[in-house]
Amino acid sequence: MADPRIGIIEERLKGVNNVIAVSSGKGGVGKSLIASTLALTLARRDYKVGLFDLDFTSPSTHVILGVEGLQPKEEKGIIPPQVHGLKYMSIVYYSGEYASPLRGADVSNALIELLAITRWNNLDFLIIDMPPGISDATLDIIRLVKRIKFLMATTPSRLAFETVRKLIDLLSELGIPIMGVVENMKMKESQFIQQQIEGRGIKFWGEIPFDHELEEAIGDVNKLLATQFGKKLGEIEKLKV
Amino acid sequence: MHEWALAEAVISTVSQIVEKEGLKEVAEVEIKVGELQQIERDILEFALSQLKTLKLKNVKFHIKTVKAELKCRVCGHKWIFRKEKMNEEIAEAIHFVPEIAHTYIKCPKCGSPDFEILKGRGIWLESVRGLR
Repeated sequence: MADPRIGIIEERLKGVNNVIAVSSGKGGVGKSLIASTLALTLARRDYKVGLFDLDFTSPSTHVILGVEGLQPKEEKGIIPPQVHGLKYMSIVYYSGEYASPLRGADVSNALIELLAITRWNNLDFLIIDMPPGISDATLDIIRLVKRIKFLMATTPSRLAFETVRKLIDLLSELGIPIMGVVENMKMKESQFIQQQIEGRGIKFWGEIPFDHELEEAIGDVNKLLATQFGKKLGEIEKLKV
Repeated sequence: MHEWALAEAVISTVSQIVEKEGLKEVAEVEIKVGELQQIERDILEFALSQLKTLKLKNVKFHIKTVKAELKCRVCGHKWIFRKEKMNEEIAEAIHFVPEIAHTYIKCPKCGSPDFEILKGRGIWLESVRGLR
């Protein structure tokens, strides 16, 4: 007759002022690094921030944040542990170091379960690290979180933008707010992405140069925020909310 | 007390149905609970009794447990999930997110993690009966 979990999701998120999905459609553009760094940057500006890794089959934000040996508390649901000033939730608390081979319907079910039982309480921002693809997780987050806003990430590559463009067009058609687009891993001067974005009436949030030092900062949030990538993301004017 | 969160979800959904159907009072609610999630029935019943709203004051909750039946997509083998065969940590992970079964459980016949949960996954609202 009814899946009772669906009815409680809005209630679980009612104390969250902004729910932001960091998305792309394409893999490998830096979504997880942007989502993690954005969450850390906002937390250091004294906002209450949550980070939810929704990439169930290939989670990586725990590696970026250097999270090890943590478990959520169980208290009338689950309470995400505090990590570097963030409330942090990921499927790795349960899957550990093993692969989670999930089909689409399983991804949907796991997503609904975690949205229904996780108690975020009061947050200024809940940042969601979306998986690549325009598939179950994207469709479910649009269906289940009515207040969702998207922050899109792309690289300068036309190969990445081909999918990013499709997701932007789909979201626009559905009337889902797109806060803006970040162009990541910029290697040479080009206006192509900016023109494409602004031509669609979407805000271009800025570009982040390819950072050769970034890999060294993975697992150390202070190093991460001090990289050119971290600084550049922090400087984006639109972030100064 | 993860059961508490699920009980809240049941009450919230029943309340939405009450509103939609214009019920004055709810008499019976039938809930199905799948064995894969290993929900503690006593805790669920207690949470439901504590969370009852005014229109649910005389409600009877019928909770039915459903065996978790799994079917391998590779070789077609069907089997029943048994908690006793799992270590406690894994059983608890599956309790929170039943899909984690795909991380730890393999088809007993061919070893594939690609199986379907035919029934008995989690919690399901089967019926709501009441007075208009």
